[in-house]
Amino acid sequence: MTPTIERGPEGGFAVGPIDGLLNLARKHSLWYLLFGTACCAIELMQTGGPRTDTDRFGMVFRSTPRQADVLVLAGTISYKMASRIRLLYDQMAEPKYVIAMGSCANTGGLFQESYAVVKGGDLFLPVDVYIPGCPPRPESLCEGLMLIQQKIEREPWLKKAWGKYKSDKPDPMPTEGCEPLR
Amino acid sequence: MTEVLQSTPDREELILNMGPHHPSTHGVLRFIVHTDGEIMRKAVPDVGYLHRGLEKIAELQTYPGYMPFTDRINYLEVMFTNMAYATAVEKLLGTEVPPRAEVLRVLVCELNRIASHQITLGCITMDLGAFTPFVHLLRERERINDLMEALCGNRLTFNYMRIGGVSQDVPDEWLKQLEAFLDHFEPVIDEFDSLISYNEILIKRMGEVAVICAEDAVGFGLVGPNLRASGVDWDVRRDLPYGAYPQMDFQVPVGMGEKGTVGDCFDRFIIRVEEMRQSCKILRQCLANLPEGDIKAKVPKMPRPPKGEVYSCVEGARGELGVYLISDGTPKPYRLKWRTGSFAGLSIIEHISRGLMIADLVAVIATLDVIAPEMDR
Amino acid sequence: MTTASKEICKKLADKLGVVLDFREEAGDPWALIPAERWKQACLTARDEPELSFNFLRSLCGVDRPDDGVIEVVAHLFSYQHRHALVIHTNTDRSASRLESVSSVWPAAIWHERETFDLFGVDFTGNPDLRRILLPEDWVGHPLLKDYEEPDSYRGIPTTRPGYEKKKFGPQLKKPAPKKPAPKVEKKPEGGEAPKGTAGSAEQK
Repeated sequence: MTPTIERGPEGGFAVGPIDGLLNLARKHSLWYLLFGTACCAIELMQTGGPRTDTDRFGMVFRSTPRQADVLVLAGTISYKMASRIRLLYDQMAEPKYVIAMGSCANTGGLFQESYAVVKGGDLFLPVDVYIPGCPPRPESLCEGLMLIQQKIEREPWLKKAWGKYKSDKPDPMPTEGCEPLR
Repeated sequence: MTEVLQSTPDREELILNMGPHHPSTHGVLRFIVHTDGEIMRKAVPDVGYLHRGLEKIAELQTYPGYMPFTDRINYLEVMFTNMAYATAVEKLLGTEVPPRAEVLRVLVCELNRIASHQITLGCITMDLGAFTPFVHLLRERERINDLMEALCGNRLTFNYMRIGGVSQDVPDEWLKQLEAFLDHFEPVIDEFDSLISYNEILIKRMGEVAVICAEDAVGFGLVGPNLRASGVDWDVRRDLPYGAYPQMDFQVPVGMGEKGTVGDCFDRFIIRVEEMRQSCKILRQCLANLPEGDIKAKVPKMPRPPKGEVYSCVEGARGELGVYLISDGTPKPYRLKWRTGSFAGLSIIEHISRGLMIADLVAVIATLDVIAPEMDR
Repeated sequence: MTTASKEICKKLADKLGVVLDFREEAGDPWALIPAERWKQACLTARDEPELSFNFLRSLCGVDRPDDGVIEVVAHLFSYQHRHALVIHTNTDRSASRLESVSSVWPAAIWHERETFDLFGVDFTGNPDLRRILLPEDWVGHPLLKDYEEPDSYRGIPTTRPGYEKKKFGPQLKKPAPKKPAPKVEKKPEGGEAPKGTAGSAEQK
């Protein structure tokens, strides 16, 4: 499905199915939401910083969920925050992807005994990529974003857009689960 | 301005929601802003979006087992939270920390203070519209992260201290690296000053904005740089000395009202720049007089402190960081309470936001240096 | 430190006109103030020139189910005299109520809100007493020793599927006689709720 880049007399051109061409474009403009809840947010900032520099993969942070493709669950999620994160996720436009960054977003991590921490982001959001670590290094987050790129590459996007393809990740709280902000 | 604040029937207030996801709230923090045009009537903070119940968790852990959790109290000043907890338990146990460990603690704490202020200053400038200094400071912070990683194996959650000392000794090579970093970093502070500190736009945004008088600052329990910016000359390191700080020679910067009134946002900004210089000075002294010897006192693996209670505080990057610890003679704490600077710092916002412009709220939050995990715990 | 605290405590007791219970154990000594004199003691501690405790370091609760009380602890500090004082007071655990000191130190507003949130102590006179750290619809006060975690909050399970539920509470020294746990969970709430600790915590 991957388009092939050919060199012609008047510059290069790409040949491939439309799906593949669309995915090629989508994969190189992966915008993530600048949103962190706890410790991992600092590593998220450092990832966008000079050393790791995700800009070179076309990954830029956006401040509003309406323009973002990827939601990075960076850090511990409390019950008070969970409904707000769900609201952010619901505002994002399809296609959207979720990365659970760090132990807390994966399973609750260190805070198994806590009364206020959600034991994993996948209890209320469909998660695509899990990154282990407490906190993960910027390189790990970079790898996670690249895994999303690989996932995009494989996706039959047109079929999905026409509703003929069901996503393999079920949404744990499809309808409710978020209440309007007071 | 006061007449605008008076409510008239044709002047209804508009309630704006800011956060919990907002790029300039520094973590998850929400404000309900009552506005009248461009002017705020009040901004009510809503916290707790990162409440993890760390005080309850302490009651379920053994004394050494709680140490990793202290890292998560505030991920920007990990060494201070480590140290506050360790000193509290040591006070109860009556443990003497070896001199080398004391100096090592001061050393890593001051390094951590620089890293913390770098993020703070970077965020202040970023919130006020200058992105470049933020990236500059992140670049410098990566160097500290590398040093810390070489020392304790993690970039953010160090878990370096132990009850009775520290976990690792420093290799000589590391000390040389630290010295090289200091040689490199001290000019960077001057560069930062010339780049942004006295920038005209920054002064306009921060001078005379949100002035906190000394009486309010003490009454609301502000601590650390925020308190000193209001003109109260108080530093736990100097006035209630602990650890190896009595041997150190350093100045405590106090707000002078350089570009406005004492206690405005600019004072809170410039004090942090000056504190980085002082931290460099302390670091050099640590390097010069690092004593030889043990790095950890002999402490039982499962300490059972005697029945009693203790309050222990250290001067963190956000001021007095206190631990109130009650022991009932068992291997687990009976109750543990964290007293953090951000919690008090945020409580004053409702009081001072009255009559400010909406855009100034960002400057107030940024310069008060509130950070969500520390408030919510 | 100890002698200094004792002298300060004596001064406070003289001004108040009561004899204060002064305790010395390992660590810091503290004084026990009768609950009905709490606010008066705080006012005196702030306003007396010899004491002038102008900085409220912290105010928090401590649950003591064995004694049937919730302690409220305040840490005071004076910038002028550089001395500190720890004062405790006891409130009844079943209906804990205390006069607010928010008019003495404005910092107390938030500290009292936190204590209300985590312990359920009702501070009369606090202008803004509502939950601060936990959501408004939270049931129970989690720092009480007999707090029990519910199975789910707003549809989010509190345990990961496939994981064993963590033993969270109760942490009472003398555990209440327990029925077999699964039976209790299956019963609908209300009605014939077992006289265990969960019910009493949630009602508060």
